[in-house]
Amino acid sequence: MKTFATLINALDSTNKTNLKLEALMHFLAEAEEGDKMWLLALFTGKRPKRNVNTALMRQWAMEIAGIPEWLFLESYSSVGDLGETISLILPAPEQYTERSLSEWMQQIATLGKATEAEKKTFVTEAWRSLTHTERFIFNKLLGGSFRLGVSAQTLINALARYYNMEANAVTHSIMGDWQMGTVTFDELVQGAYTDTQLSKPYPFCLAYPLEKEPEELGPVQDWQVEYKWDGIRGQLIRRNDEVFIWSRGEELITEQFPEIKAALLQWPVNVVLDGELLVFKDGQVLNFSALQQRLNRKNISAKMLQELPVVCFVYDLLELDGKDLRSLPIKERRSMLEALLRQYPGGPLMLCHTIAAADWEVLKSIRQESRSVNSEGLMLKHKDSPYHTGRKKGDWWKWKIDPYTIDAVLIYAQKGSGRRSAYYTDYTFAVRKGDELVSIAKAYSGLTDKEIQEVNRYINQHAIEKFGPVRTVKPELVFEIAFEGISFSNRHKSGVALRFPRIARWRKDKTAAEIDDIEEIKKMIR
Amino acid sequence: MLQFTPKGILCVPGGFYIDPWKPVDLAVITHGHSDHARWGMKKYLCHHYTVPILKSRLGTDIAVQGIAYGEPVTINGVQVSLHPAGHIIGSAQVRMEYKGYVVVVSGDYKVQDDGLSDPLEILRCHEFVTESTFGLPIYNWQSVAAQHTQLQEWVAGNRANGKTSVFIGYSLGKAQRIMKALEGVAPIHVHYSIAVLNQAYESAGIHLPDYTVADLQEDVKHLAQDIVILPPSLLDAQVTRKIPDMANAICSGWMQVRGARRWRSADAGFAISDHADWPGLLDTVKATGAEKVYVTHGQTAVFTKYLNETGIAAEEVTTRFGEEKESVEPS
Repeated sequence: MKTFATLINALDSTNKTNLKLEALMHFLAEAEEGDKMWLLALFTGKRPKRNVNTALMRQWAMEIAGIPEWLFLESYSSVGDLGETISLILPAPEQYTERSLSEWMQQIATLGKATEAEKKTFVTEAWRSLTHTERFIFNKLLGGSFRLGVSAQTLINALARYYNMEANAVTHSIMGDWQMGTVTFDELVQGAYTDTQLSKPYPFCLAYPLEKEPEELGPVQDWQVEYKWDGIRGQLIRRNDEVFIWSRGEELITEQFPEIKAALLQWPVNVVLDGELLVFKDGQVLNFSALQQRLNRKNISAKMLQELPVVCFVYDLLELDGKDLRSLPIKERRSMLEALLRQYPGGPLMLCHTIAAADWEVLKSIRQESRSVNSEGLMLKHKDSPYHTGRKKGDWWKWKIDPYTIDAVLIYAQKGSGRRSAYYTDYTFAVRKGDELVSIAKAYSGLTDKEIQEVNRYINQHAIEKFGPVRTVKPELVFEIAFEGISFSNRHKSGVALRFPRIARWRKDKTAAEIDDIEEIKKMIR
Repeated sequence: MLQFTPKGILCVPGGFYIDPWKPVDLAVITHGHSDHARWGMKKYLCHHYTVPILKSRLGTDIAVQGIAYGEPVTINGVQVSLHPAGHIIGSAQVRMEYKGYVVVVSGDYKVQDDGLSDPLEILRCHEFVTESTFGLPIYNWQSVAAQHTQLQEWVAGNRANGKTSVFIGYSLGKAQRIMKALEGVAPIHVHYSIAVLNQAYESAGIHLPDYTVADLQEDVKHLAQDIVILPPSLLDAQVTRKIPDMANAICSGWMQVRGARRWRSADAGFAISDHADWPGLLDTVKATGAEKVYVTHGQTAVFTKYLNETGIAAEEVTTRFGEEKESVEPS
């Protein structure tokens, strides 16, 4: 496991993408075939299921280290990762056993049939014979939940560079339904089992946020105006009886949307479409939280397909019958798209409507009301614009509505996990309810590292309750919390749930007496 | 005999304070770090080696008396003596004996012998005041030899790749340990603030490897592939980034945890500390035979609870030690 441990160490110890790439290339050159396959398998979700219960691992580790459970939990809350906590509290290894990653994985895979005593012997034996880093990796492998500190995209880029291929082709070739042991690494990556040309997506054309007055854009009639939908942007490809759906993150998400795939397969033409995937029910777009329930599932049940049906609001046509249309102005692409969708009506592929307005004033009021249709503002696309590669200023603008904001006070803090485990980065905020405080939201992001350190100092000095992972903080620090939506909820003490809450800024100028009252906040709900 | 007051730890019959944070008449200082040796005391008493450090940090006009380890001084009937704490140069535990009752305030300490400061001396006492910076069982340091090997291998790897090795460590204590670990591996350059404190070591007759003072404002090309040691304040500084092909490493006990290493996004993190690790804290507390233990800065709640559970009467006390240092700054 030495080569793999070196890779993990290298990936951990830098946040420079270039160095991560270097480390991966080094691994690809050094590691044996089986280990490389496992690296891919771990990345593409092909890992053995958890065969050893974490509660047992915890128990064994506490036994060996001779520490009580509360102390284990304190350690866990400080480290932020169970596998690492175990590796740190155990005594130093007694001997060293070198086994390759694939040997370990094979042994782990067979544990399913083992008795509890056999599992204990295997696991504790491994702990005794691995270095600290390898012990940590071993624990993560046992859990089947290993995150390698590198994005899928970086791995794909490394593979692409190593094999001198295009990144999209690699993405496609490693996504397939391959089985460990039936393919070779080289052939798999190089697309022996797939025709990667078929799935090749175009780079998405991206819009800039509009930061000036819309009047400066010239006459409103020059612009194609659409609602800006809060779903998942997808590029839908149908070529030679195969369908591929790419997300903006260059991930293949075809299998997550079987209804879209099925509908597109029935079209008799080859096309590449750009659109927004949304949950659409009873003639209405549901908000993002509905879509979220559909994402990253292994199986999508019939019930789910019925309760949360997904459609694609198509807004662009990039390729028709193998012809790249991207250089045409959008007004022409649009009329071709409209004709196409008129031919195949009724399915989950729907035309994204445009909004006609006499002047900018009318558009402004439509934008103000865009929340009423669960949209987050407007898109402005110049009618003469081609489909640009990436982001180009001037032709496409996103004109989002301002988020909601409230002022709230920090009441609880908890250390983050992973990279953030050294700091209190997970905050809970409260607003007033008469003379009391009620918690309203948790937020993680939005502060600079420097501000996080400053807040940490405050927490360390003003924590009321100091035991366990959560710190109760003297309610003094006021933050402006921004969010995208608000609804009633019985799951929260405050009676409301916020969508996508984040810290907009630290209101050092305000005191806890000036925070918002829950009754006022409830009035935001429409 | 001790009272934990808003000014600091007071030796009641002696009328003096140990490492106070507010101005008092007489302050007995355990060591030269800024959270223990503060400005504004009428008189300071510390180990000989700490005298030049206090003078360089607090001003040459302070009234300070230096004494040797084990040399008794009587203050208002209390017999006071200093004993090695193994933390940094001149670091001392303060032993106070009054009418046969012995109390020890240990300041910061470590059990490992770093070969630079006098190794920790175990003192039998009735009451013991301990720190708890790394008071969790996840903190187990590697041997000094293994730490040295780690640093040497990292530098060798950097040199093989044409990189300059930049170490970030506290200027008093950590920087000198890094120097010692890397003696003879490559030329060593240190920041001015470290060089000043190196003199404190050299004047005490402690051998340090050869080094030059690196002026980062000047041309830094000549530093290429060598070793550069800088204080924590320069970790993300503009001048540091100009060092050619630099790889940087943080040396601190906090680096034991992966999350802390990743947070700081240095190229490497080495768990090297001048504080006692978990077994070090436990062994020391037990070996003192103290019937009452006071736990200060760090994991006070956890360590206190654990001691009480294992049959050692312990109490958490609030001090202002450890405050100046960020939780991830080298400790």
